[in-house]
Amino acid sequence: MREPGSPFVGYGQPSRFEAKVVRIFTSAPGTTGTGASRTPHHLLNGAITPSGLHFERHHSGIPDIDPDRHRLLIHGLVKRPLVFTLEALARYPMVSRIAFIECGGNSGALYQKNAVAGGVQALHGLVSCAEWTGVRLADLLDEVGVDPKAQWILAEGADAAGMSRSVPMAKAMDDAILALYQNGERIRPSNGYPLRLLLPGYEGNMNVKWLRRIKVTQGPTMTKDETSKYTISLPDGKALQFVFPIEAKSVITQPSPGLVMKGAGLYEISGLAWSGYGKIGTVDVSADGGTSWAPAALQQPVLAKALTRFRIAWRWNGGPAILQSRATDESGYVQPTRALLIAERGMKTIYHFNGIASWAVGENGEVTHVYA
Amino acid sequence: MRNRRVAAASASLVLLSSAALAEGPGLGRAAAPDEIASWDISIAPDGAGLPPGRGTPKQGKAVYTEKCVACHGENGAGKPNDQLAGGRGSLSGEQAPVKTVGSFWPYATTLFDYIRRAMPLTAPKSLGDDEVYAVSAYILRLNGIIGEADVMDAQALPQVQMPNRDGFIVFSRGK
Repeated sequence: MREPGSPFVGYGQPSRFEAKVVRIFTSAPGTTGTGASRTPHHLLNGAITPSGLHFERHHSGIPDIDPDRHRLLIHGLVKRPLVFTLEALARYPMVSRIAFIECGGNSGALYQKNAVAGGVQALHGLVSCAEWTGVRLADLLDEVGVDPKAQWILAEGADAAGMSRSVPMAKAMDDAILALYQNGERIRPSNGYPLRLLLPGYEGNMNVKWLRRIKVTQGPTMTKDETSKYTISLPDGKALQFVFPIEAKSVITQPSPGLVMKGAGLYEISGLAWSGYGKIGTVDVSADGGTSWAPAALQQPVLAKALTRFRIAWRWNGGPAILQSRATDESGYVQPTRALLIAERGMKTIYHFNGIASWAVGENGEVTHVYA
Repeated sequence: MRNRRVAAASASLVLLSSAALAEGPGLGRAAAPDEIASWDISIAPDGAGLPPGRGTPKQGKAVYTEKCVACHGENGAGKPNDQLAGGRGSLSGEQAPVKTVGSFWPYATTLFDYIRRAMPLTAPKSLGDDEVYAVSAYILRLNGIIGEADVMDAQALPQVQMPNRDGFIVFSRGK
């Protein structure tokens, strides 16, 4: 450069040359903020999702909440129902943890009969990972004094939909966090500013944003989302309810559709793996549609209930190839093939798809979504 | 002087860490019963939390026609948003399940809870309790679950037998 660069700014933004690195989103008919936005994992690396690219799912837009006026009420089967200001919560001992959040409907298109055209963002973009900092919910439940017969809590948001979900007391007392910070700064409005419930490993919908109320209850409240929506319809007509942790899963982010391969030679296959039941143990990668597998290197540190980056070198001979990844978590659970998952669960649901995904590489270097 | 100040700071740190381990700062403010009542809009499946008020399918049809039909269609047929009626018998078999209030929802109390807090989408929490009972009654009537003359209120709504009440299996890993 032969002249001075641009001046300081108060809050930095990505380079203007990165303008294509954005979320894509769709809204429900007649709305502008009710729907979902998806993380562009094909254009990212590492394991942490930038806060402005974290996926979103809103049931009635993003509320504009003044933190000085926001309150959290904890009541129900408790000795002392209490109201907390944000200022009060900020004085409690804090914990930080890196955790993924995945929408229960992520990858739901892979239950469809024919492979939908799309890439990692469109098909698998409803998962993200951040460092979350806040107050342990168990500390506040201790303060209100939980009745021994209470087995659940209801968590409710301050959004226009009043999004609400029941959460088992055991989870609330285990590792639930009332998060105030995301990646070091206050949580973005689209991710629950000023307060969100973080339930590491549990389906995204339960990580209630804009948290305003926790009611301690004996049983589940049977809200709209935990009955009519986030349940898994089985072939026999029954539906699995209260499917909370995300099973082990992985997806290759590079190469992937939208990233054209430019000639034979050495490439790095890279992707993300995660499990709601703990740490990722191994990730195997196949370039021949699952006939042969090789173990990928896991980027350290490997953290429980967090995205784990995997990488493996691949010499592409320029011919057709089918890339797959298969995660195994520390519980020994192995990510199933799509065929196996569907044999067990059928195709009547859109939720908790964690089967192996396949990218076909053509001789022209184009990468497409296929079933294999 | 300098050394004494450092020593004093260390002593107070030790004091804080032992106290902080034993208890939280205790900064919650007691919530008054009427304050809790104004926040507590959730309805339990046994009806706990349902307010006074009442409504019939006929009254609900008037509310529905004015405030719901644009999104949920004539007679709850759906489009552009969720279908509310029909779909009975569609959950099993080869076809895609049609999941409506009548074919899928296990509890009628969820109708009141959800409509009151979230509907209509453009003006949530704008319906009075009588209107919510009435719209709930209309949707149940559209599904043939209650009669035209039935009145929905805090006693009747939890008693409604939803067709798919036993259609759910609590998930257990590995089963």
